[in-house]
Amino acid sequence: MRDPGEAEAPRGPAPGTAPPPVLALRKAGKSFGAVRALREVSLELFAGEAHALAGENGAGKSTLVKTLSGVHRPDEGEVLLDGAPVEFGGPAAAQEAGVAVIYQEPTLFPDLSVAENIFMGRQPRARFGRIDRRAMHAEATELFTGLGVAIDPGRPARGLSIADQQLVEIAKALSRRARVLIMDEPTAALSGNEVARLFNVVKTLREQGCAVLFISHRLDEIFELCQRVTILRDGAWVAGEPISALTPDDLVRRMVGRDLDTLYPKQDTLPGEVALTVGRLTREGVFTDVSFEVRRGEIVALAGLVGAGRSEVARAIFGVDRWDAGTVEVGGRRLPPGSPTAAMAAGLALVPEDRRQQGLVMDLSIERNIGLTGLKSVRRGPVISRAAERDRARDWAARLQLKFTRLGDAVNVLSGGNQQKVVLAKWLATDPAVLIVDEPTRGIDIGTKAEVHRLLSELAGRGIAILMISSDLPEVLGMADRVLVMHEGRLAAEIPRERATEESVMSAATGRDGAAA
Amino acid sequence: MTAVTADATPGGRSARGLVELVFRARELSLVAALAVLVLVTTAVNPNFLSGQGVKDIFLNTSILALLAVGQSLVVITRNIDLSVGSVVGLVAFCTGKFVSADPTGRGVLTALVFGVAIGAVCGLLNGLLVSFCRVPALVVTLGTLYVIQGLDHYIAHGQQINAVDLPPALLHLGNEGVLGVPYLPVITVVVMLAVGYYLRSYPSGRDFYAIGSSPEAARLAGVPVRRRVLAAYLFSGALAGLGGVLWLARFGTVVADPARGWELIVVSAVVVGGVAIVGGVGTVYGAVLGALLLTTIGSALVVLKVNSFWQQALTGALLLLAITVDRVLAVRVTRLLRKRSVRHGA
Ligand SMILES: Nc1ncnc2c1ncn2[C@@H]1O[C@H](COP(=O)(O)OP(=O)(O)OP(=O)(O)O)[C@@H](O)[C@H]1O
Ligand SMILES: [Mg+2]
Repeated sequence: MRDPGEAEAPRGPAPGTAPPPVLALRKAGKSFGAVRALREVSLELFAGEAHALAGENGAGKSTLVKTLSGVHRPDEGEVLLDGAPVEFGGPAAAQEAGVAVIYQEPTLFPDLSVAENIFMGRQPRARFGRIDRRAMHAEATELFTGLGVAIDPGRPARGLSIADQQLVEIAKALSRRARVLIMDEPTAALSGNEVARLFNVVKTLREQGCAVLFISHRLDEIFELCQRVTILRDGAWVAGEPISALTPDDLVRRMVGRDLDTLYPKQDTLPGEVALTVGRLTREGVFTDVSFEVRRGEIVALAGLVGAGRSEVARAIFGVDRWDAGTVEVGGRRLPPGSPTAAMAAGLALVPEDRRQQGLVMDLSIERNIGLTGLKSVRRGPVISRAAERDRARDWAARLQLKFTRLGDAVNVLSGGNQQKVVLAKWLATDPAVLIVDEPTRGIDIGTKAEVHRLLSELAGRGIAILMISSDLPEVLGMADRVLVMHEGRLAAEIPRERATEESVMSAATGRDGAAA
Repeated sequence: MTAVTADATPGGRSARGLVELVFRARELSLVAALAVLVLVTTAVNPNFLSGQGVKDIFLNTSILALLAVGQSLVVITRNIDLSVGSVVGLVAFCTGKFVSADPTGRGVLTALVFGVAIGAVCGLLNGLLVSFCRVPALVVTLGTLYVIQGLDHYIAHGQQINAVDLPPALLHLGNEGVLGVPYLPVITVVVMLAVGYYLRSYPSGRDFYAIGSSPEAARLAGVPVRRRVLAAYLFSGALAGLGGVLWLARFGTVVADPARGWELIVVSAVVVGGVAIVGGVGTVYGAVLGALLLTTIGSALVVLKVNSFWQQALTGALLLLAITVDRVLAVRVTRLLRKRSVRHGA
């Protein structure tokens, strides 16, 4: 077998010498109405090689994935399997051919157990073709152990956090033991620990001869895992080359078409009076004794591993979930437990982690979604002014570089990252006193990420208190004035900006030492 | 989920036990409601629990419960079959006409095959329209409800089937039994157990739940969505066909469209029995219990000499109660599960 890290992969099928690519796309095109999502794109996946697909939000990455996996039929060009053209009639046909896919948006069966979600259609059998539930649960547990997480295979998928949903999707794909593993932003909601475990598993698979296609907006992940990269811009193929020939800056330049400052550190502000006080907040079995304050003009990051209870704290503060003990004060006034309306009235805003379930009305248009929260400002008396709504939506769309055809389009035709931008716009437009953002840049490309960071920093500069939950460590380190680290439902450490490093945050998050110094 | 196993995996016991309990609770509360109803009615009128009274309830429930089993399958896939009442009527009349033309040559088996085949054809039609032509199920089956009804009236042409013209063996099937147990409930219980076991224990059975839980995810998981939806309708139609033959066997005298309006009772039974109208959740056992409860309420009201108007009002109230309970439970369970999705000391 080729040594994937060092040796150059052959460019294309050289007859007689190397085996043809396991799965390939030749000059494929795909349009949705007037939108040309893919134009003459070619890509080859070889056994034992991890291939990255990079591009901005809306570049056509997910469309390419769905073309390879039989969800979309290409309008032009063809899909090649082992060098021969195939036409997948649907996802089932691609799966038969040994292609496993993790889609960008988790698609689970909420009413069925996690184990059933993983093995749907391929359940282990006992005698007479019956499902062997015991074996199914055991295999699911084994998969989760390999990924280093403990999700109960018997619980229903309903109510799983977005990161856990993604882990279930990963387990599902891995359980197929496929020849080709396609992963569309599998790590977007995961923190360093889970990503490292995932990469270990994927590297093993790759060494066993699996072909991998990997999509991520985190460049370090691409460089760590992949040997080759294909870059898309506006649906067109820009480059395809070995990763060793590129620096991260080259990669960005090719994706965006220009040079870019990828990191936007927060500007220093003088913290004002305390805006949000959380005192000994406890929700039984979820988090315990969480106390902290956020001052005006400050960005406080809440870091930790997946499942540490960060999102749950945010949901409780905002009143989506009730708390059992403790207090939440906004601007000195105590909030009643379990009332989002009271929280909003007090000037609190929450950008939730799960955009499809909690953040957006998928069938409504972009402008209506952005308008949903700040209805007051677009009202003329009791009537909503469509013109004002449209103006505001257009303004935010431009600020966040939203890629769309018409503001009247439903948000579910947008690419994943662009949906995230709509969620952000929806809440940023409310002009809150305290803003809680849960994974604000999940699925957002690096160019816009810097823009989001600039925006958050600007909001802080205007005196807004910001609590930011993020699994993206560079983001945490670059943006936060203070880092609060949660571990198993408790605040494990509070680290000021000067002392916040990758090591100090990670060691607190994994509970290796109590107080990171 | 009703189908979670009882075997304990360390650390996961609590969440699963909880969910299982909640859904078992539906079946248990149905049984409890039944018990209260029977006790109260018997206290007022001891004749209610006489041998004949109980036998009547079971006989009356059987056909409704059979239809409820078929309907559950359809509803679990997030669809609905409103045509079952019409199919029962069509099959009962046509089968009656068919066997009475030659009562000695055409026996029980012929009648069953004939009736089930007609029902299956109706189901196939529904299934094809819903799954391949992508017309919403409500519209399709509302349409076929009227079409089949019209067809029935056209064939009947004002005539009726008389018990004296039917083979005695057929009437025997509808009213007698072995060792004092009537055949009808036995047939229903056998069908229920078979379908319940299939849905829980076979991969293709799980597909129905997957489709109802998330059609989009089912498609991506490679579940043959259209084939399964077609199968659900085919099966519901076939069971309605069986129900039609049993109707004929039980009543003997049949006019055109005798089961008019039954589709809504069947759907009520299914929903009261805990099958979520939005699909993905529920068991055929619950649906059969729902049918039993509705029938028993009807009989009890007769015994208690309450106006039959109250029966409909009560059915409606039960339906609302069931749907409310489902909603409240769903919200509660989601909250609890979210609580448990946080892993400490993993
Ligand atoms: N079903 C659809 N109908 C209409 N337009 C669509 C549809 N699916 C995708 N598009 C459009 O195609 C383009 C490419 O979308 P795609 O989802 O492939 O982007 P992406 O590269 O995956 O972006 P992201 O990084 O945000 O996930 C976008 O402009 C999107 O709006
Ligand atoms: Mg995408």
